[in-house]
Amino acid sequence: MPILEGLLMFTSDYKIKAVLMDDKSLNRTLSRLAHQIVETNRGAENLVFVGILTRGVQLAERLIDKIEPLEGRRLPLGTLDITFYRDDMLRTLKKPRVQATHLPFDLDGKVVMLVDDVLYTGRTIRAALDALMDFGRPARIQLAVLIDRGHRELPIKADFIGQEVKTTAGEEVRVKLQHLDGEDGVYLVEPIHEKKPKDLVEAFTKVAKGADPSE
Amino acid sequence: MIISKHLLGLEGVRREEISLILKTAQSFKEVLSRPIPKVPTLRGKTIVNLFFEASTRTRISFELAEKRLSADSINFASSGSSVAKGETLKDTVRNIEAMKIDMVVIRHQASGAAHFLTQCLEAGVINAGDGQHEHPTQGLLDMMTLQEKFGRLQGLKVAIVGDITHSRVARSNIHGLMTMGVEVAVCGPATLLPRDIAAAFGQDLLVFKKVDEAIQWADAVNVLRLQLERQKNGLLPSLREYALHFGVTRRRLEDAKREVVIMHPGPINRGVELESDLADSEFSVILDQVTNGVAVRMAVLYLKSGGEQEVMNGNGA
Repeated sequence: MPILEGLLMFTSDYKIKAVLMDDKSLNRTLSRLAHQIVETNRGAENLVFVGILTRGVQLAERLIDKIEPLEGRRLPLGTLDITFYRDDMLRTLKKPRVQATHLPFDLDGKVVMLVDDVLYTGRTIRAALDALMDFGRPARIQLAVLIDRGHRELPIKADFIGQEVKTTAGEEVRVKLQHLDGEDGVYLVEPIHEKKPKDLVEAFTKVAKGADPSE
Repeated sequence: MIISKHLLGLEGVRREEISLILKTAQSFKEVLSRPIPKVPTLRGKTIVNLFFEASTRTRISFELAEKRLSADSINFASSGSSVAKGETLKDTVRNIEAMKIDMVVIRHQASGAAHFLTQCLEAGVINAGDGQHEHPTQGLLDMMTLQEKFGRLQGLKVAIVGDITHSRVARSNIHGLMTMGVEVAVCGPATLLPRDIAAAFGQDLLVFKKVDEAIQWADAVNVLRLQLERQKNGLLPSLREYALHFGVTRRRLEDAKREVVIMHPGPINRGVELESDLADSEFSVILDQVTNGVAVRMAVLYLKSGGEQEVMNGNGA
């Protein structure tokens, strides 16, 4: 039902239920993660970062920024688009827009630090692991996430976690990053679906006129 | 963006959809360069390749695209099938569809064959060339190659040289390129140009009577194959005369004193429409076209496999 979904996209508002991190605490969390990553791996020898698009890449870049003064060198960063490996391809109506995968290094024998913003069902990570395996045979893959919000559907867990948050399935975690969104912060939000008849009429007119609800 | 599950031609396809296909094709080109050049994206989908007409490049390209996407594919060639026993196209495809397939790729000698299939099938239909109508994936891979070579499409000048009347490649290219803001010209013997070409494609389409003028004007020249099988009704005095007046040669490029990119949809009649040496020269992007063909077809099969296109919000699972 694309029309109905379109309507919801135009009219959905989000109610902020909690501020999980502000700019200062997000920065502190990234500093801690950077230290933990270097400590656990006894340095950064052999370590490469792979960010899952879009926000995982930004987070990985910020972690690399923080590790650079600690280790005296800049660790390589790759980007991974997991669209082609998703398991809901044949089920959902929506297809995410494909972005560029770029791994500028050989994965064989490396320790890969996979980075994503929010760990939820674990299905994205499953897809990312499958994708990485097609590029080579890393010595080890570790997972770093900013937020772990629970509700795993697969036996996957993160090695480095910024913050664990108890959530309900109806809630969503929104990560905002300076480079992409103009601000740093993490919010727990809930979509509001109750619509006034006026909003619905307005939204329906937009869709009927051929507007693209996804843009 | 809601896009059709069929791809019958590039006529009427919106600019955003063409851009989306070309961008997606770039991602698939990266996939093709991986150590394991295969993704599980279309696992569980079944695609039938119905080829009623001879084809090497297009058939292998589609087959490879399907395998790289992990789809199950079945090939059908009209010779040695029940078509030889007189079964109609409709009966053939309805029987194949009854075996639960998701998509059909069709190459057929009759214009409109792909459109006809959409009327009698539930499955998505991808046109791999129908008569003198369109060959949309060829048009798309030509655009992808141009975009790679020049870094843009908007404002480029592309001349299509050869038998325009009979060419589905020309038709797909003209529609697609004009949609993308490319200046397009055609050039060929008057007997092989449609009588009222402006009525068919609009006033913006330029016509050159001499191939030298076209080369002088263009950033890229798309040389069409002279379809020998369609030249029996006296439209050309002889192949030698065609080669003399319209053949694209190194000499002609040198006379133009310009760097011109040479494209050709293949198979080449070496020494007729294109000088043999030129086809293998630094001007030629013919093999890039073939490489891009697989990526473009992967993008088309992926985008047409059902579902609606979404802008990624990045806060996923």
